[in-house]
Amino acid sequence: MARKTFEDNLARLEEITELMENEETALDKSVKLYKEGIDLLVSLGENLNKTKQQVKILKETAEGIFEKEDFAADEEK
Amino acid sequence: MRGKVYTVSQLNGYVRRLFERDAFLADVFVQGEISNLKLHQSGHIYFTLKDKTAQVNCVMFSSYAEGLRFLPENGIKITVYGSISLYEKTGAYQLYVKIMEPAGVGALHLAFEQLKEKLSEKGIFDEAHKKTVPEYPKTVAVLTSPSGAALRDIISISGRRNPNVEIVVVPVIVQGEYAADSIVKALELVNRWKGCDVIILGRGGGSLEDLWAFNEEKVAMAVYRSKIPVISAVGHETDFTITDFAADLRAATPSAAAEIAVKRAADISEKIRDAYASMTFFTEYKLKKAEGKIHEYIKYFTSDRELQRIYNNEIYISELYERINKGIDGKTTRLEKELGRNAALLNSLSPLRVLERGYSIVKKGGNYVTSAEDLKDGDKITVLFKDGERSAAVYEKERNETDGKKDI
Repeated sequence: MARKTFEDNLARLEEITELMENEETALDKSVKLYKEGIDLLVSLGENLNKTKQQVKILKETAEGIFEKEDFAADEEK
Repeated sequence: MRGKVYTVSQLNGYVRRLFERDAFLADVFVQGEISNLKLHQSGHIYFTLKDKTAQVNCVMFSSYAEGLRFLPENGIKITVYGSISLYEKTGAYQLYVKIMEPAGVGALHLAFEQLKEKLSEKGIFDEAHKKTVPEYPKTVAVLTSPSGAALRDIISISGRRNPNVEIVVVPVIVQGEYAADSIVKALELVNRWKGCDVIILGRGGGSLEDLWAFNEEKVAMAVYRSKIPVISAVGHETDFTITDFAADLRAATPSAAAEIAVKRAADISEKIRDAYASMTFFTEYKLKKAEGKIHEYIKYFTSDRELQRIYNNEIYISELYERINKGIDGKTTRLEKELGRNAALLNSLSPLRVLERGYSIVKKGGNYVTSAEDLKDGDKITVLFKDGERSAAVYEKERNETDGKKDI
């Protein structure tokens, strides 16, 4: 599973920042890193721009299929 | 008829050994009321345990008494666990107490301690087995009562900190007869689903009985087996359960669990903004530095000194060019002159030039005749003049040095 998690992306972003801070990193490499960093920023930002929280309730059907339904507080009281 | 006579010490020693060999007496729970309590300054506790019709002397040594969670008092009902032996000095048998609990919850506490020890020995609580709880989960599964305050707290805290984190509720029964099975099933369900990054398993505060499901072995084992990291969040800060020990992380309360699991979006945004600022700053810095270097080079190459050098080189090159051209010109003229001289010489040596001056050449049969001896009477000869040739015949020989020629 090659899916990059939010954590992976954030870690990579921090790594890029450190590399760029390093005087040893050549300019063309820095520019490449900058491009990569901006892409990461955009994808990380996508994970942060929601303002409404999602609360679901997990259910498994008799056929073993998982379903998420909206959760209404105080349900099943 | 008299058997062997023993001393009192021998008798008591024998009885003591008898007691100590007995498996039942080595491992016994007794319930009763405390009386004659003496808290010795050494830390040992001496008391009598009694019910309506009987009593027994008890001692709890300091090493065990240290672990007591409550202060024993005369008149309270307790359950003790320990072994029976004989105090040889008085000949009275005693109960050597290892664990003491207030009656009622006592058995649970003991069960708790026993299970804790058992699972600990099996390595269920080992740090090495604990999974890392992800710092930025996208989805958090919450295994708790759907109607409890714990869930409300978790949802509101998580929503406040970072609404981007999805909460998936997996309803479980959190107390009573069916609670443990319900929790185990829910843990297995979530592990089959695999749709979340972390699990919060918990409930709000309650009595030890209320929280009991979280002290059951099957729940602890299901937590241990979970491939998804589990944060336990049972009761209040002071409540410790077996599940807490088996979990990858223990939160003091459900609210604390939400705070551990869900980082504040503002903090993450700040981190990202910092990264952006730093990236931009350093790119600009490097670009500026490179630009500066380029300017330096330009300045260097356009300096007066460098220009002078370039100019001097230009002059030197054109001088060389001129010198080369001059050299070539000189050589050509000399060669041309030499060539003219050689041509004149060649011309003067030509036999035709001799004829021009009035001489003739005699040829016989294609060969030049250079001596009178070469000709015999009657020989046919050809005489070459400057303007043509004539045939002639020889008919008289004269030995004359000066006139070797014949008249025609």
